[in-house]
Amino acid sequence: MALGHVLLGLLARGGRHGYDLKRQYDARFPMAKPIAPAQVYATLERLLRDGLVAPGGTDRGGGPDRTSYEMTPAGRLELDAWLAEVEAPTPFVSNPLAVKVTLALLVAGDDAAADYLQRQRAAHRERMREYTRVKTDPDTSLAGVLAADYALNHLDADLRWIDTALARVASLSEELRP
Amino acid sequence: MTSPPDDTGTDEGLLLAGRALVRSYGHSPALRGISVGTRRGEILAITGPSGSGKSTLLLCLAGILRPDAGEVRFDGRRIDTDSEAERSRLRRTRFGVLFQFGQLVPELTAAENVAMPLLLAGVKRRPALTAAGTWLERFEVADLATHRPTEMSGGQAQRVAMARALVTEPEVLFADEPTGALDTLAGEQVLTELVRVTRQAGMTVLMVTHDAKVAAYADREIVIRDGMADDGAPTSALRGALGRAGAR
Ligand SMILES: Nc1ncnc2c1ncn2[C@@H]1O[C@H](COP(=O)(O)OP(=O)(O)OP(=O)(O)O)[C@@H](O)[C@H]1O
Ligand SMILES: [Mg+2]
Repeated sequence: MALGHVLLGLLARGGRHGYDLKRQYDARFPMAKPIAPAQVYATLERLLRDGLVAPGGTDRGGGPDRTSYEMTPAGRLELDAWLAEVEAPTPFVSNPLAVKVTLALLVAGDDAAADYLQRQRAAHRERMREYTRVKTDPDTSLAGVLAADYALNHLDADLRWIDTALARVASLSEELRP
Repeated sequence: MTSPPDDTGTDEGLLLAGRALVRSYGHSPALRGISVGTRRGEILAITGPSGSGKSTLLLCLAGILRPDAGEVRFDGRRIDTDSEAERSRLRRTRFGVLFQFGQLVPELTAAENVAMPLLLAGVKRRPALTAAGTWLERFEVADLATHRPTEMSGGQAQRVAMARALVTEPEVLFADEPTGALDTLAGEQVLTELVRVTRQAGMTVLMVTHDAKVAAYADREIVIRDGMADDGAPTSALRGALGRAGAR
């Protein structure tokens, strides 16, 4: 998912300044990886070059960050096409926990791997309580609730994996040792 | 994460505490010396694999089953040695229970089911039914007031059972799998409501669940494995497997 499409989405309801877009992004996607203002400006430049946005006017005072941008009809087409497109399920599942368990088995042995998994489980459960508090707080926005749901389901999947991994640690270690 | 009940013999600050509980069914042990304690107003989740002893633990703490050894204290008093009549009175007046199976009386309507604990406590029929109506509303099943359990979905019956468990505004709620798995938005809403209502009332909740997403609603969680607190040591199955690996 490119930032360009996200910015187009945020421009769909009307023109905005670059800085305003960054603020909108932070508000709409509170738990997403933060973006830097420079990324926003660079992406806007690219959208401008591709004819997907057009300058909508400059405030008194001028300066690069005071230009507002509007979505062009071509931008709208691009946004609609992107929204309708299914995201490819990731082919490579990055699982830093598995890497650590595998190496713990190699370097430190079964007990260390099991101990690590137990502590990781406790940390995951603590994080799940935090997200649940966020989610059930009546002041949390819909975007916040959606993000918390996503995080909770992923942490839950990790936990199931951790339980299976604990049960597998012994046989894994047999496989890994020459 | 888990602070165990203190071992000084006073259980100070704990509203409810089980100490070194042992309980077997015939010759098979279900609880093997587990200790657990909870403070007033706390929501405690009890998790662990199927057959680990979660329900047995809850039944012992709620005074429904008597442990073979160990003790249960509530509000500074030992209750596991109480007579059946005393324990049953405690359950009627200060405890609310919400169990996995066979909760609603099939011959009664939802409203009558919810009103039942109040009627048993001597409340008149009309105010009892009014209170029942309020609780059914809280769990968004007011429109089922005149329905019998056979005319409800599993989730709806669970909400009615929840209303019945809370209608006496107990000090401690014992809930075994209160929402089943949290795979529906409806289940999540019921749980959110349960937590909201019990927190507002300052109730203490002991909630058994196998679902980490349900457990995440609690303030604290204890994990039980093979009838003992899971303190992070390898399980017996794992120990066995490790033993084999080591013996090679
Ligand atoms: N009434 C009973 N008679 C005989 N054995 C029982 C009885 N109830 C439970 N057990 C056994 O005691 C052990 C603990 O059971 P318990 O119901 O407490 O587990 P649990 O953790 O609640 O499991 P689940 O998640 O499947 O509900 C199990 O081995 C079970 O087979
Ligand atoms: Mg059970």
